[in-house]
Formats: sequence, C-alpha cells, structure tokens
Amino acid sequence: MSSAEDQVEAGLTDAEREEIDQWLGRFPDTPEGHRSAVIPALHVVQHNSGGWLPPARMDAVADYLGMPPARVYEVATFYGMFDVKPTGRHKVNICTNISCMLRGADEIVEHVEKKLGIGLGETTADGRITLKREEECLAACAGAPMMLVDEEYYTDLTPEKIDRILDELE
Amino acid sequence: MSAEVETRNPEMVIVTIDGQEIEARKGAALIAVADEHGIDIPRFCYHSKLSAPANCRMCLVDVEMNGRPAPKPLPACITTVADGMVVRTTSERALKAQRGVMEFLLINHPLDCPICDQGGECELQDLALGYGRSVSRFVERKRVVKDENLGPLVATEMTRCIHCTRCVRFLDEIAGTSELGAMYRGEHTEISTLVGSGVHSELSGNIIDLCPVGALTSRPYRFTARAWEMLSHASIAPHDCLGSNIDLHQVRGAIKRVVPRDNEAVNECWISDRDRFSYEGVYSAERLLSPQIRENGGWHSVDWQTAIETVASSLREVVEQHGPEALGALLSPSSTLEEMYLLARIMRALGSDNIDSRLRRGDFRDGVESTGYPGLQMPVADLEALDAALVVGGYPRHEQPLINHRLRKAAKAGGRVMALNPRAFDWNIDLAVEGVVTAAQMPAALAAVVRAIARLKGVDEPEGMTGWLGDEAPGAEAEAIATNLCAEGPGAVLLGGLAEAHPAGAELRHLAALISQMTGAAYGELTNGANAAGAWLAGALPGRRADGGHTTGLDATAMVAEPRKGYLLMGIEPEHDLVDAAAASKALAQGETVIALATHDSPALREHADVLLPIAALGETAGTLVNAEGRWQTFAGVGQPQGEARPAWRLLRVLANVLELDGFEYQAPDEIHHEVQAIAGEASVGRPSTPVEASPAAEAGLMRIGQAAMFGVDPLTRHADALQQTDHAAPVTATMNPSDAARLRLDAADQVRVTQGDVTRSMPLQLSEAVPAGSVWIPAGLAGSEGLGALIGPMEVSASGDSA
Repeated sequence: MSSAEDQVEAGLTDAEREEIDQWLGRFPDTPEGHRSAVIPALHVVQHNSGGWLPPARMDAVADYLGMPPARVYEVATFYGMFDVKPTGRHKVNICTNISCMLRGADEIVEHVEKKLGIGLGETTADGRITLKREEECLAACAGAPMMLVDEEYYTDLTPEKIDRILDELE
Repeated sequence: MSAEVETRNPEMVIVTIDGQEIEARKGAALIAVADEHGIDIPRFCYHSKLSAPANCRMCLVDVEMNGRPAPKPLPACITTVADGMVVRTTSERALKAQRGVMEFLLINHPLDCPICDQGGECELQDLALGYGRSVSRFVERKRVVKDENLGPLVATEMTRCIHCTRCVRFLDEIAGTSELGAMYRGEHTEISTLVGSGVHSELSGNIIDLCPVGALTSRPYRFTARAWEMLSHASIAPHDCLGSNIDLHQVRGAIKRVVPRDNEAVNECWISDRDRFSYEGVYSAERLLSPQIRENGGWHSVDWQTAIETVASSLREVVEQHGPEALGALLSPSSTLEEMYLLARIMRALGSDNIDSRLRRGDFRDGVESTGYPGLQMPVADLEALDAALVVGGYPRHEQPLINHRLRKAAKAGGRVMALNPRAFDWNIDLAVEGVVTAAQMPAALAAVVRAIARLKGVDEPEGMTGWLGDEAPGAEAEAIATNLCAEGPGAVLLGGLAEAHPAGAELRHLAALISQMTGAAYGELTNGANAAGAWLAGALPGRRADGGHTTGLDATAMVAEPRKGYLLMGIEPEHDLVDAAAASKALAQGETVIALATHDSPALREHADVLLPIAALGETAGTLVNAEGRWQTFAGVGQPQGEARPAWRLLRVLANVLELDGFEYQAPDEIHHEVQAIAGEASVGRPSTPVEASPAAEAGLMRIGQAAMFGVDPLTRHADALQQTDHAAPVTATMNPSDAARLRLDAADQVRVTQGDVTRSMPLQLSEAVPAGSVWIPAGLAGSEGLGALIGPMEVSASGDSA
C-alpha cells in the first residue's frame, strides 16, 4: 500500500501525464480546450489513487491542465463516478432509476444492504465494499435490474446472482 | 418627391419594454437595458460587473419578436436586445414564471428572517414580498448545509444560500483567485472551497455585498445592528492613493460597517478588505483617549487647555533656545489636506521648513518636484484601457488593490502588464514580462529599458545612461519591455511602494520619467498613504509652500539623520511608519521635546513623546484627500471622536491661536479647503524634471527588501482586529532564497536573528525562490517588524542559536 500512498502525495506520474496527454490531443490546444480533458484526467488519476481523488491529486490535475483547483473540485464533486472521500476497495452501484426500479431494484438494494450490513453511501467495516448511492440511469435498461461493480456491468440481477458476485470480491 | 434618408445608427436597436420604446446598443443584455431605464426586473444571479450564467431564472420575462411570442419566458440577463423586440416584464405569463421560480427558491431557504443578519436588506426577502406566496406549499424537510470557515472576515450560513454563484464568479472573474466553487450537484449543491482553504483575496469582502441572501455576511459586523436603524454617510477610504468612495453605516455615531459607494471613476462598486474592515481600528482598546503629559517620568492625563499650552510653550522654548531650525514635523501621508496645511503653516510661522510626509521614501536626491504633485498622469478609470503598463518596484495587488483590479482588466483585455521588481510576487494578472532583479540592480535594469527604447526609436539615448550601464547592450527582458511600451496604444509606467522605499528611488523616478517622455506613456507614482498629492498641495513638504513658494527645509530622512531638538509627529507610529524605524527611534530619543498627535497609543510614542494628543480617526473628522489622479475628495465627520480625542485640524487651529499666530480663525474645515484650493487648486500631477545620476555601486552583502504589509500600512489598519487575524497580518517572517540559506548554513533553521545596524530581531525563516539570492524579504507594519532599519538596506542574518 505504501506505493499507493506515495502516489497520493506526489503530483502526476509520467504514465499519468502520458495518458492525459493523449486526451489533450483530442481537444483544441487552447486554455479552454485543455479544460475539456478534466474528466478523463480525473478518471486516470482516480484509477491510480485507490479509487478516490485526494485533494493533492486533484490539485495536480488542476496544475497540469492550467485550471484553478476549485474548478476541478467542482467537476469531481458533480459527477457520481468520482469520489472525493476514501472508498472501499470495490464500488457497487445498483441502478435504481426507473427501468431498474420497475424490475425490482428496490428489493435488490434491500437485499444488498442486509447482506453487507451497510446503507447506501456507506462502506463495509473491512473496507471491502462501498455501496454507492446511484443517482442516474446507467444506460443498461435492457438488462434491468443491473449494477455496476467498479468498472464492470452486471445485468438481470437476482439475489442469488448478486450474492455470487459480491462474495467473489476481495 | 422626397426620399427619406435612413439615419439610424446601425449599432443601435429599438426595443419596446413594457410599452416604453427604448433605443439600446445592439447586443446589450435585456436586463441591463431595462435597468438603465428604470424598469425593474427581479434577479438574483445577475450582476452588471459579472458574467451572466442565468442560473437563478428569476428574471424570466415575456419576449416577442416580429409579432411572434417566444414559446417560453426568457431570462432577461442572457437575452440580448434585438431590433423590434417587444418585452413584457409584468405580463401574466412573466409574473407566473417569476412566482414559480420564487416558490422553488424558497423550498430550501429558511423562513426565519428575524434571526438572519441579512434581514431587512435581503434581496430574497424583498422579492419574496412581491413574488412569494403567503403560505408555503412545501411541507417536507428543508435541506441543511454545514457552514464553512472562510476566515476572519466573511461569516457563512450556507443553509441560506440560493446558489446564485455571484461569490464564485466574483472570486473567479474580479479577484482572480477562484477560491470558491459550486460543489456537488442538484439538491446537494454547496458553495464551498471543498478543502477548507478559506478565502484570502484582498477583495474578499465584496462577496458579502454581492450575496443576495444571508449566506455570506460580515463577520465583524454581523448581529451588531439592523439595516433600518443605521444611517449612511458618504466618506473616503484613507488607506491608499486611490481613495475609494465608501459609505459609513452608523448607529448613534458609532460606525457599524463600511460598504462601497459606487463611483465608476474611482472604485467602481468594489472596495478592498482594508477599506472595508479598517473601521474596527476606530474602536480599538489602544485608542488614545485623553491628552497626556510626561511629568517626572510618569504619564498624566490633563485637560486640553493644559495640554495645548504645554505644547505651545515647549515649541516656543525649542525655537528660543535652539532656533526654529531645531523643529521638525513628521506627519502621516494619510492626513487630510486641511491637517497638512495647518501643520505646515504653523511650522513655517514658527520659522521652520522642516516638514515632511514622505515617511517611507528612501531617496531624496530629487527633492520636491516643482512642476506638480506626485501621482498618476492619467485618470484611474483609463488604466483598464492600457495597452502596455510597466510597474516598477510595486505590488499594487496589496498596495492599491483596486488599481491592481484596473490593471488586471487591462491585461484581460489584451493589454501587456509588466513588472520590474526586487522579488517575484503572487500576481493575479498574467504578466507579459516579470522582471526580477536584486534591489541594487533595479536602476540599471530600468536604464536598460531606456537604452532599448532609444535604440528601438532610433534616437540618441538620454545623457547619463552609461553611469548605470557602461556600454552594455540591453538584455532580452529590457528589449521586450521596451517593445511593448513603444507599441501603438496607451501606455503607462507606474512606480510603487518598493520604488519609493528604494535607496536609489530618485534614479528610478528619473528613469521612469525618461521612459514616459520617450514613449508617451503616462507617468505614475502610486504613492504611500492616501494623500501624498495633498501634502504637496498643502505645502507639507520641506521644499514647497502651498502657494508654490520654494523652501529649503530638511526632508524626513535628514530630520532623522540630523536629529532635531523638537519633533511634532502627526498620525504616525514611529516604530512602523518610517522608512528606517531604527534611525528614527534614535533621533526621537535625542529630541528634547517630542509632541505626538496620535489616534492610537503605541509603545514607541510612550517611549519618546513628552506630550500625547489624541486625534480623531476615520469617520470622526471632516477633511479632504487628494487621490493619485488629483481628485479632491471631501468627506464629513459622522460621529463624536472616541474619548476626548479631537479632530486634528481643530486642535492645530487652537494651537496656532495659543501660539498667537496670525490667520488661523477657521470655523470649519471647508474654509481651509477653499483656501488651499484658491492658492494651489490649479496644480496637476508632475513628472520628475530633475536629472539624477547613477550612485556608486552598493557594497555587496545581504539586503533587506520590504514594504508595509497590506494590513500594516497605518495605525488604523494595524489596530483593526479582524484584519489583524488574517494570514496577511501574520507575524513577520524573513524570506530568503534557498541558495542563500544553504550558503549561510541556515537551511535547517526555523528561527533566525536579523540584524540591521544595532537592531536585532528574532523571527521565523521562510525559504522561497520568489526572493532573489542576496535579498531577504522582511515586510514592515507587522508584529515583530517594529523598529527595524531601512526597508531596503543592508542587513545580516544568523541562526537564532548563535551569539550575536
């Protein structure tokens, strides 16, 4: 874990810069254009920072893209897929939007809350799973009810299927 | 047949708002046009000085083009006027839309106006009266937002926030610090720094005025008065050479708060935090409340009669025993024109020309300019239209925050703002050139600009440049500065506080004047204090009487270098307000008679003075301040002075009467004002006309560089509690380049001993690349900096543990 902590304290790594540069290449080479790369840049950094965005890392993104830090914080807090507070090792997002709701998402949420002993927006005591409060449709209505675990979609959920998926998370 | 000629200006359009036909500039915002014609459209997020995000939706109005109504009401703040547009701001549909928005805004806003500091002057409260429902239909729980500590100046109650984002946009667009943001989303939106870093802008207090509700309020003021019980009096801020227009809000003569008074030509609708919160100094526990005399080694309060008679007799005694030349007067450059004029007349009537208010000046070789007063050879408002500006030895962001704002505007509009300084500063302007050289190299660096301009223009360079440069060619930086200043469009060369404190300041002024002369750029001195121009006009200088007569008195430095027998001090704390406080302290110690007219008690005054006379402070006296562009700004007194303090002009008049001097029968300060105006009112800003030669190279060694900190410029500011709690007023530190620290083996030290002459102080050490090698940045006017030597001058540093 110490290497992750080192990263958290430091600015951007060379690999991160390279990845962000690829995104920068897709936008106009102007101050406004650079700002357009903030969402992919935050994804890159969150991926390498234990699943959340420590302020120092957001500041590094701000510095690299030539934005005031507060503008980066606004983006990071606006979007549900960014976390500005530490999370568990895995993030479970159960969609509760209309299609999933009609297909029983509320029961799924209840089941998971009972199984993990936490409510929406909370993290298990062992730091294994954060149950995120999903606010928007995840665009997989055909497979409702569905959930997003870290970066993977699971569709047509049943309590049994969920148990299997969650039990396999380390 | 007569052909009708189309004479309409193509840049103008005709719109009809509420039946009124209005000619407006093409592309103007509908709400701005309505405002100009007194048609009131409700709004929260719109502000004429900020961008319009249209996020509150309160200004929805009915718009019709070519007989076709827009399908929905449109926000007036981002709808631009077009020819033939018909607007109804109070149609049924518009009102319904506005009422709907109001109902949504009130869903989460607490309905407890009586316990809110904004109550009675709240835009939301006012508009709710017109557009709100009498009974709320929303019965669910309102949201609650945790408050954030933004610092000692701005208090928060974020539950009241309606997310207009004026504060966010102000800090982004005007202050340039971008410290606040709209964090999270939708119902969870919070105006916050997110990381708890606070708000530190020198203009931060303006977000209090901008906030339409009680979310951001003044921390020192809140809950001390209600809007309807206060009376508002126009006044002038006495802290910088801009002279921001302010309103003092008072209850029974006590100032409760200070807010900006709109004046587009001076401060627009903003004021700096210094101007806003310095009033707290008026009520400081350190105010001097009664006349006091030192007798038999102790201090005794006496009545005014005794005090004035003591002063008169001791002044006479000095004159009789040592001659009038033995008297010297040092007065604050923020004294009023009337005070300066009376003091200068008294001194001259006693036979002494030794009077000066240029207390933080480091070089007097150029004497007193005879062609005009120090200031800005252009209107302040035109600074924002400059295409090129060179700031020499100055950091206007802290010295004159709203002049800095004008320069920032110029830069944002494409102007090239440049600086030549003895250290790098935290500018909120994108500088086209930031020249950083050691203080000793500054004259040569500026001379290189002169040489570059001469070469660029293909003219002979002015005489004397070889004294600074030999035959060295100008470097790339000087070339860049010269190119920008020579380019088409208005330019200016502005000298700041560090140039004034500079031991070769006369050279800098001379060289800047040459640059101005060669390029046509306006010349400007952004002087210390609020009334340096007034001092010249009033003749409160050793070389000039108010009527223009030339005199040859001692300047501030000479009065210290050749100690006088008698000193008259007005409005100053000698440990803070003089360029070399250490030398001043020694000189004052040698005075037989030291008379201090002071607003505040101070240890140094107690140590040196024989008589302390309490004088009125901000809001307690009337007077005139002349700003850098030569604007005479007069203000009236608002309340009685604290304790037995008296307006200084009245005190000086009585002193003159007791001294039996002729022509001091003034009944009111405006009589004095008119007298000065009659004899000096024609004068304007002068540009140095006396050539100054290069001085011999200074000896190598560490140099202190410094100037008064933003909240340490004068006694009033230094005694204003909230300002003193900000980071800007933290106890003094010594900041040096890491390479110097390594060379002196100080890298590991947190505390160092700083020595200037025979004064030694211990202070924390900071390392920064912003300070060039060979220099140590130590500001003045801060706790721990009192009594040090020259602002810019030789010094030594040693580790705190070392024996001296």
